[in-house]
Amino acid sequence: MKKFDKDRVILGIAAPVLAVVFAMVLSSLIVLISGKNPFDAFRLMFEYAQGADVQVLILNRATVYYIAAIAVAIGFRMNLFNIGVDGQYRLAAMLAAAAGGAMHLPGPLHILMIIITAIAVGGAWAGVAALLKVRRGVSEVVSTIMLNAIATSLIAYLMHTDILGRQPPGSNNVTTTPLDDTAWFPGIGVDVDGQRMEVYGFIFVAAALGVGFHYMLSRTKFGFDLRAAGASDSAAVASGVNTKRMVLISMLLSGGLAGLIGLPQLLGETHSYGLVDFPAGIGFTGIAIALLGRNSPVGIAFGALLWAFLDRSAPNLDFNGYEKEIATIMQGLIVISVVVAYELVRRYGLRRQQQQVGEQLAQAARKNPEEVAA
Amino acid sequence: MRRELLLRQVTKLAAVTLVGALALTATACGGSSSSSKSSGDKGVGLAFDVGGRGDNSFNDASYAGMQKAMDEFHIKGKSLTPREGESEDDKVQRLVQLAKEGYNPVVGVGVVYSGAVKKVSQQFPKTSFAVIDAADNKGPNIANLVFTEEQSSYLVGVAAALQTKTNTVGFIGGVKFPLIQKFEAGFVQGVHDTNPKVKVLVKYLASPPNFSKGFGDPTEGANAAKGQLDSKADVIYSAAGASGDGAIKVISQSGKTAWAIGVDKDQYKQPSLAPYKKIILTSAMKDAEGAVYNFVKSVVKDKKPQVGVVPHSLSDGGVDYAKSNPTLTDNKAAVDKIEAAKKKIINGEIKVRTTP
Repeated sequence: MKKFDKDRVILGIAAPVLAVVFAMVLSSLIVLISGKNPFDAFRLMFEYAQGADVQVLILNRATVYYIAAIAVAIGFRMNLFNIGVDGQYRLAAMLAAAAGGAMHLPGPLHILMIIITAIAVGGAWAGVAALLKVRRGVSEVVSTIMLNAIATSLIAYLMHTDILGRQPPGSNNVTTTPLDDTAWFPGIGVDVDGQRMEVYGFIFVAAALGVGFHYMLSRTKFGFDLRAAGASDSAAVASGVNTKRMVLISMLLSGGLAGLIGLPQLLGETHSYGLVDFPAGIGFTGIAIALLGRNSPVGIAFGALLWAFLDRSAPNLDFNGYEKEIATIMQGLIVISVVVAYELVRRYGLRRQQQQVGEQLAQAARKNPEEVAA
Repeated sequence: MRRELLLRQVTKLAAVTLVGALALTATACGGSSSSSKSSGDKGVGLAFDVGGRGDNSFNDASYAGMQKAMDEFHIKGKSLTPREGESEDDKVQRLVQLAKEGYNPVVGVGVVYSGAVKKVSQQFPKTSFAVIDAADNKGPNIANLVFTEEQSSYLVGVAAALQTKTNTVGFIGGVKFPLIQKFEAGFVQGVHDTNPKVKVLVKYLASPPNFSKGFGDPTEGANAAKGQLDSKADVIYSAAGASGDGAIKVISQSGKTAWAIGVDKDQYKQPSLAPYKKIILTSAMKDAEGAVYNFVKSVVKDKKPQVGVVPHSLSDGGVDYAKSNPTLTDNKAAVDKIEAAKKKIINGEIKVRTTP
């Protein structure tokens, strides 16, 4: 067992490293085809990311991505494909922003109320899909995609100026009532050339979520049931796990976490939900990063940082006349490479294990031939 | 023992996540992404709205304005394109990059840059900023370039009401948000002030944040136009960017006597729509090109940068209707009525609504 661990660690690291190298080689080819020097492109990205201001942006983006990917990963562990994270977080952010704007409370309580609202809304929206699956057997893939579209329309409706939205004079945007400064989540100030920038304070919340996710998976009965049901539905049922209940709870958890995705920006930066400019699509990025990080809290952290780095350094490509889509292509290639690499490494590991076991058996057979013969 | 193990695992996990994150910032604390602080002589910096160059519309018009200023004042310039689904800090990052590298003035094309311009302008007090389509940014170095789209929409509404035989006209909006609703409001009022009996069908292609579906998908525009043609509409005004091209194509190929009204530029003259231009009755034009050019001129040549709200309306030609299609211009009576309405709007006799 102890001896095996070392092999496992090496194999575990081999897969992602292999994937990133493979993705870099492929993207280099693509840059070459576009008629530019790939090394210059990578250099531009790395040099740009040396700046403290860009690093703050990378951390902030990674924070958001991390929460999104954890939300997706909880579903994945249960074999649930929650594509609805996108709609869940947008609806949650919008309603939490509206509720927060209507409240006037002392600091921590105000923030807490907004967080609770967001979790409740995200969970409730995912709960619709969960109920449909448990009660009517509707695939969550289909229902959550539909719910994304419904969320978009619902937000557009609720943001009417005579319902929850307001249009600042002269603006062509519709926003929710801005939050009092009691609801501003404190950030970590970083001084960049005399200009104060902030790392989202939510980065600690994200880290705590990761730790909690890890603890839940590996140290609780629920986590064990979750992994068992995810691995084999029928086996879990046979061992007394109520899988319907598991589906319901993990979907609610996934949705509740999804509700938090918009909060770093809402509480740490814009302080209101803007109909036109609140970011969309983070839920889908979360799916890619969960795949990249193999649904593990540590893997996802690296995946989120890598993804955020590619996101944030891409503008420097555009600035220097390179196609900024290079970064997007790299993101796609990395995901594909990771999936392929893990499969290759898994097969290699399996074969190795079989060989080792075979060898051990053969050795044992050579030692006591009579016993085996008998 | 068990608890110790658990504790170790949890701390390890927390350490990895946080150290990884913090190491990243610690390495270069204080320094920023660019060392060169130029005095602002690199020329014009332009940050596009989603879609970027080649949208045949708003972005292209802004680029044309920048190009014109570059040629005329012998300055350089750079334009950057956003990605889909960006958040505000992406826009901030883009504007900061332009300002920091010494581009001056810096123009954010579209309402999405509104908040970002306000933030970045405080960081670079010596750089002049402009944002198009937003009027809520105050600051000593911000110009808000806005247009009275409802006025030009009113005029094409008059044209539509005079042209329809079925007493039904259509409006196709790209994305339903206040900017595009201004187009709808003006158009509907123009139609009804001219002929109250004419019915206006209103269709929006998408809700925010689906901007690419609303403004960048000709198939969506074509489907909407098909629906309105089937409901007897014979003049259709689309304020939907490139999606409107699909509507124009469908109207031209429908075999019915029906007309399209273009938007932003004089689409009768747009090369990519040349095969269908006969049915493009007129267009509600918005001179983003002129607005960008004038702003750059005020900074580079006149050394007196525009600040505050810079309106572009019918009275200064910032918005207008197109007089290229002979079908319209040969109809003397119609043109007279539109011109009369134009005069009334300019002298304030007609107040055009900005919300439907």
